[in-house]
Amino acid sequence: MNLYRYASPATFYPLAGRLVPWFALLAAAFTAAGLYISFFVAPTDFQQGEGYRIIFIHVPAAWMSMFIYIVMAFWSAIGLAWNTRLSFVMARALAPTGAMFTFLALWTGALWGKPMWGAWWVWDARLTSELILLFLYVGYMALQAAIDDPRRADRAGALLNLVGVINVPIIYFSVKWWNTLHQGASVSLTRAPSMAQTMLWGMLVMAIAAWMYTIAVALARARTLILERERQTEWARAVIKEEA
Amino acid sequence: MIWDSWDAFWAMGGYALYVWGSFGATLVCIAGEAWLVRRQRRQVLSRLRRLQRFDSQ
Amino acid sequence: MLRFLTAVIRRDILLAARRRGDWLTAQFFFVMVTSLFPLGIGPEPAMLRTIGPGVVWVAALLACLLSLGRLYADDHRDGSLEQLLLAPYSNALLALGKAIAHWIINGIPLLLIAPVLGIQFGLPADALAVLVLSLAIGTPVLSLLGGIGAALTLGLRGGGVLITLLILPLYVPVLIFGAGAVDGTLAGTGAEAHLSLLGAVLVMAVLVAPWISALALRVSVE
Repeated sequence: MNLYRYASPATFYPLAGRLVPWFALLAAAFTAAGLYISFFVAPTDFQQGEGYRIIFIHVPAAWMSMFIYIVMAFWSAIGLAWNTRLSFVMARALAPTGAMFTFLALWTGALWGKPMWGAWWVWDARLTSELILLFLYVGYMALQAAIDDPRRADRAGALLNLVGVINVPIIYFSVKWWNTLHQGASVSLTRAPSMAQTMLWGMLVMAIAAWMYTIAVALARARTLILERERQTEWARAVIKEEA
Repeated sequence: MIWDSWDAFWAMGGYALYVWGSFGATLVCIAGEAWLVRRQRRQVLSRLRRLQRFDSQ
Repeated sequence: MLRFLTAVIRRDILLAARRRGDWLTAQFFFVMVTSLFPLGIGPEPAMLRTIGPGVVWVAALLACLLSLGRLYADDHRDGSLEQLLLAPYSNALLALGKAIAHWIINGIPLLLIAPVLGIQFGLPADALAVLVLSLAIGTPVLSLLGGIGAALTLGLRGGGVLITLLILPLYVPVLIFGAGAVDGTLAGTGAEAHLSLLGAVLVMAVLVAPWISALALRVSVE
């Protein structure tokens, strides 16, 4: 079996079509297991009561938001280095999902902060970095949307993505530095030492569910992008006729 | 069992708004994204079909 | 090589000198934005002294973005950019020259105006000196990173607003270290740590940004 074969859009398209339902199914199964752990296995927290159950959404969403940006940068780098069209398509297909998880991390962070800190928003280092990450996603998508020529959109987006990924650690460090100097909220959402084993398992299972979901959605989106770009080729014409 | 009743489950120890606000928003976002991806696929397909018909004429 | 670099810089400065109106706009924008804050917040001296460094720095970022839209656009429109890219020198050298010219034209005036604005906010003399020093180290980073944004958005509709979306998140560390240096002086904790971090950011920007700008230019022009 030759892996490079799947780098060609004509073979990738039907393969992705077969994979999407399986990853969607896996996502549903892991979500069910994760929700069961979050609500029926994990015990009530003695400090925060039932309110802490938000972390089963918040932490996986925050992980995914950063992970997806790094995966996008990986595809962007491959695309720029080897000029593979499919890599750019993958980076582009991942961006909206990454932005969605970033938004969810912020939203759940606010809903967690209100009862725990008494404020919807605190300029905590993690929340602030997450907000800037959302700006980076928005900038990437805005640039893609503004360029009509797909060749240029791919490359320009990839460059911006790489600049962003170099900057993410610098931004995180600077925000953390700023936060400690200004004596901001020192409470953090993930209190590692007191975290029970079941809580960690719940977050892990939910993170895997989010990961499977991301793969399913990104593959589905990539299929549409590929069809649009390859519409002049023989196989794409056949597919378009078939799916009528 | 952690919960005495379904009422206790939905009340979430007084944190109902925050917990269900988080899980609900996630559900809405995921369902919305899945719907958007499907709709975009249908739109692109119908546009490409129209282009193809136009070409073959 | 050095002659090509100085030629690029001299050319941009000459062009800017001929179009003094455009050039003055960004500087007046800087003055006006900072002067609006006391009007919006109130004239209490203690409050103004606290927000002063941040306000001057944020206004400097915005003023820099205002002039970045034209960094490559004029050369692109009259076709000279393509000629410059075909020159027998690395395109990164062109991007570096453009960024240096942008800093000389737009960054240095900000340094000269900033102490006056600092006085408006009641900053003491040592904080004013640190403000100018932090701007001197920080504004070249703004020009270098901004060059990437200008190259990526070259010739796009709505490029001016787009460049803001792309570049402002990347400016966050510069803002934090720059304004933090002045805050540190005001609080008596010293500015050395902030300034050295800002210097590290500058070194990284000089090493990386021209290459990425050059790649972006090639993507946008071809």
